[in-house]
Amino acid sequence: MTRAIIEMKNVVKSFGLFMALHGVDLQVKEGEIVVVIGPSGSGKSTLIRCINQLEEHNGGEIIVDGAEVSHDRKSTVLTEVGMVFQSFNLFPHMTVLRNVALGPVRVRGLSWAEAEERAQRLLARVGLADQAPKYPAQLSGGQQQRVGIARALAMEPKVLLFDEPTSALDPEMVGEVLDVMQQLAKTGVTMVVVTHEMGFARRVADRVVFMDGGRIVEEGPPDVIFNAPRDPRLRSFLQAVLSH
Amino acid sequence: MITNIEVLPVMSIFDTFLNWKVFVQTLPLLLSGLTTTLTLGVTAIALGFIGGLVLALLRLYARSPLRQITVAYIDVFRSIPILVLLVVIYYALPFVGLRLSPFGAAASALSLVSAAYSAEIFRAGIEAVPKGQFEAARALGLSPWRRMSDVVLPQALRIVIPPITSNSINVMKDTALASVVAMPDLLKQATQAQALAANPTPLISAAVIYILILMPLVRLVGVFEKRLAVRGR
Repeated sequence: MTRAIIEMKNVVKSFGLFMALHGVDLQVKEGEIVVVIGPSGSGKSTLIRCINQLEEHNGGEIIVDGAEVSHDRKSTVLTEVGMVFQSFNLFPHMTVLRNVALGPVRVRGLSWAEAEERAQRLLARVGLADQAPKYPAQLSGGQQQRVGIARALAMEPKVLLFDEPTSALDPEMVGEVLDVMQQLAKTGVTMVVVTHEMGFARRVADRVVFMDGGRIVEEGPPDVIFNAPRDPRLRSFLQAVLSH
Repeated sequence: MITNIEVLPVMSIFDTFLNWKVFVQTLPLLLSGLTTTLTLGVTAIALGFIGGLVLALLRLYARSPLRQITVAYIDVFRSIPILVLLVVIYYALPFVGLRLSPFGAAASALSLVSAAYSAEIFRAGIEAVPKGQFEAARALGLSPWRRMSDVVLPQALRIVIPPITSNSINVMKDTALASVVAMPDLLKQATQAQALAANPTPLISAAVIYILILMPLVRLVGVFEKRLAVRGR
């Protein structure tokens, strides 16, 4: 029996008067690929931002790798959680190689030589071995996002969070990023992916979670979610995104 | 009598304000004053830079009482005229047993004020770094100190190069106030030389020296600003 690596129990998050999460329960097992879908403003980004405490939840419990996370105690557990951002957020003043090597040096205590060797290996894995000495601004969006993935992987996290990783990309670059993510999914790393890419959800997800209005409305394996949706909100959402 | 009036103005401009002999005689004195001015300016700029950075971080990230104290410091030292502060430090503090040399008093006054101005510049620079950079640094698990030193400050410092250079020019100019507390800076030496030579040429020379030293820096700010504007587009 694989154990749960993320456990969210009745998690509540509000921004002032606006309730972004209305008591969400979610379990993610080790090695599982969970894809979160839903309309904008449904709370999907807030959900994964609470997991690594970029947002502080107001109620409920979040347990990552057996330890409860909170805003002040977060540092120890949360180095096991990697994050890939919609807007890449690479460090513009560092080379690509440094971007990837920084975390392992500062947090894991590797030497620069060891970390850069690891970084070089990961850059090769995302198909960017020859871009290492460049600066982020010299790369295309798709390449930057692949560096973002390599940077998250360099920490050897137990969980990888993706916050709409392809939403800021030109259409022709979406494929290269999704390919890298699909390769990654085969390696056994736990992934929670917020995305609008329904094709990716269908092909790669072990489980699809549909959110609306700050709640998880329906979840299940991709063929059930996409072929036999029960909730009317999920049905109309799928109709809207799949019809074009 | 009438011919005198016609000839004298042309002669007297050179004799009075641009007297070559007086210039050559008093130049060594002026140059020693310039050394003092530069030493004072560089000291105050460096201390103001470090102090400003510390104040900016305290203002942004310190806990409650300390943060308010920092805000109060910044407001007070941005409000007080430097000349007043200098006079207070030099003439009032001895009454409580704190007697500073003219250089010490001037360096303190200039850096206390410069730190307050620099703090606001650094704060603006840190706040101009995109939120995503802070988040990416946190998501990597970097400690608060490392987030600052590795990710935020290198970017913030680049942003504040023009206003910090501008502030440094102001500090350099304000060093002239130190002549009030008898510090032998460029202006003080120039007035001294003027008295000795009974001729204002040293004052003109001093003015020209200030301009020659500072004008390249003024130009540099323009270049920085233009480069930043191009990159920002």
